[in-house]
Amino acid sequence: MHEMSLCEGVLQVIEDAAKAQSFDKVKTVWLEVGSLSGVEIKALEFCFEVVCRNSVAHDAALEIIESPAQAWCMQCAESVVINQRYDPCPMCEGHQLQVTGGDEMRIKELEVV
Amino acid sequence: MCTVCGCSEGEARVNGQVHTHGEHSHDEHTHSHAHDHSHGHDHSHSHNHSNGHEHSHSHSHEHSHEGAHHYGQGPARAHVPGMSQSRMVQIEQDILGKNQRYANQNRVKLQNKGIFSLNLVSSPGSGKTTLLTRTLHDLKEQHAMSVIEGDQETSQDAQRIRETGAPAIQINTGKGCHLDAHMVGHAIEKLEPETGSLLFIENVGNLVCPAAFDLGEEHKVAILSVTEGEDKPIKYPDMFHAASIMLLNKVDLLPYLDFDVEQCIAYAKQVNPRIKVLKVSAKSGEGMQDWYQWLTLNQQSQMLGVETASQKPIASTKNMADAQHITEQADG
Repeated sequence: MHEMSLCEGVLQVIEDAAKAQSFDKVKTVWLEVGSLSGVEIKALEFCFEVVCRNSVAHDAALEIIESPAQAWCMQCAESVVINQRYDPCPMCEGHQLQVTGGDEMRIKELEVV
Repeated sequence: MCTVCGCSEGEARVNGQVHTHGEHSHDEHTHSHAHDHSHGHDHSHSHNHSNGHEHSHSHSHEHSHEGAHHYGQGPARAHVPGMSQSRMVQIEQDILGKNQRYANQNRVKLQNKGIFSLNLVSSPGSGKTTLLTRTLHDLKEQHAMSVIEGDQETSQDAQRIRETGAPAIQINTGKGCHLDAHMVGHAIEKLEPETGSLLFIENVGNLVCPAAFDLGEEHKVAILSVTEGEDKPIKYPDMFHAASIMLLNKVDLLPYLDFDVEQCIAYAKQVNPRIKVLKVSAKSGEGMQDWYQWLTLNQQSQMLGVETASQKPIASTKNMADAQHITEQADG
């Protein structure tokens, strides 16, 4: 359900861009999805196709760029890579982590005709 | 990185005389493509800047046939095989950017009026509405309060709220699994909460999606009841990470359950080291004073710096003493 509304958001951005930059068809969409963004990629792909049907992005290919989660460890004073929010710091095993990246959901670019 | 094939250097340069260029050869593929340049030459270039504005311009070209033609400077940083008719449009836009803009508008509007707003999130059945009706009932002498209720269907919750005397607006999300900032913006317009009041936004019962949608609130309040299992914070980490405070509700039932309170709090701190945890029971009233104190202190600090028609002292000495007490508790 949530992925559905995200895809509607994506389509809205594409349609706005289509108006502003006058293109009629989108062939490929590149999305950057952080591993902490809470987005289920399989569901996103499924919804994307459904939402884009009969739109400017009809049959467009969806390319997902997955970005890893990063956090700042206050103990080690270093940036570390984590997989989940509750992961401990890989260096000191502590939980004084501030997530600094990996929760983004961005449309990077489009290939348009 | 070349966004076409992923190679690290995508700058294909084509030099030369004849414009039936070229061989953009990456390690594993070679291709040629026809390029429709009538040598004369009027062609328009459009290119996109990553900061979001586009401009295109036409200019006539003198081809000295000596210089280099650079096809790698466009957004794709490569000349794309079989794509001579298409172009790359760089967007770099947050999917939730639109929601964020509405949320920012809401936040400014609320902060200008010194309204302290909270987004209450939990799974269905954690006792959000009961906690809220008790709060509205107990604090009605001290605070002006209003409520935005989010549910998929029915306005039963708003009805329960209105019975306490507080103004309430129901938003039905239909198929939606969360409130968004646009819906809430409209509800705020209709509700017109008073300057210096408390605004509670009761989100749809869902521990997943509402975490991602900023509504313009000051804080998210996660409500977890002890009948749910102590591992909820790590099962739904996004929500507990987004919340500033967790209310552990229904603590009056603890004697009948195997719920491990300490473990639950440890899990919550694991996903969010800054989260504040209060143990409450909306039914028995246990721990509710701490919650009310938290609300009052935050509402008072929200009013600092807000100009009102009738300036009244916002914190009495007694409250300051209480504030001290709370701080000490939090530190301990």
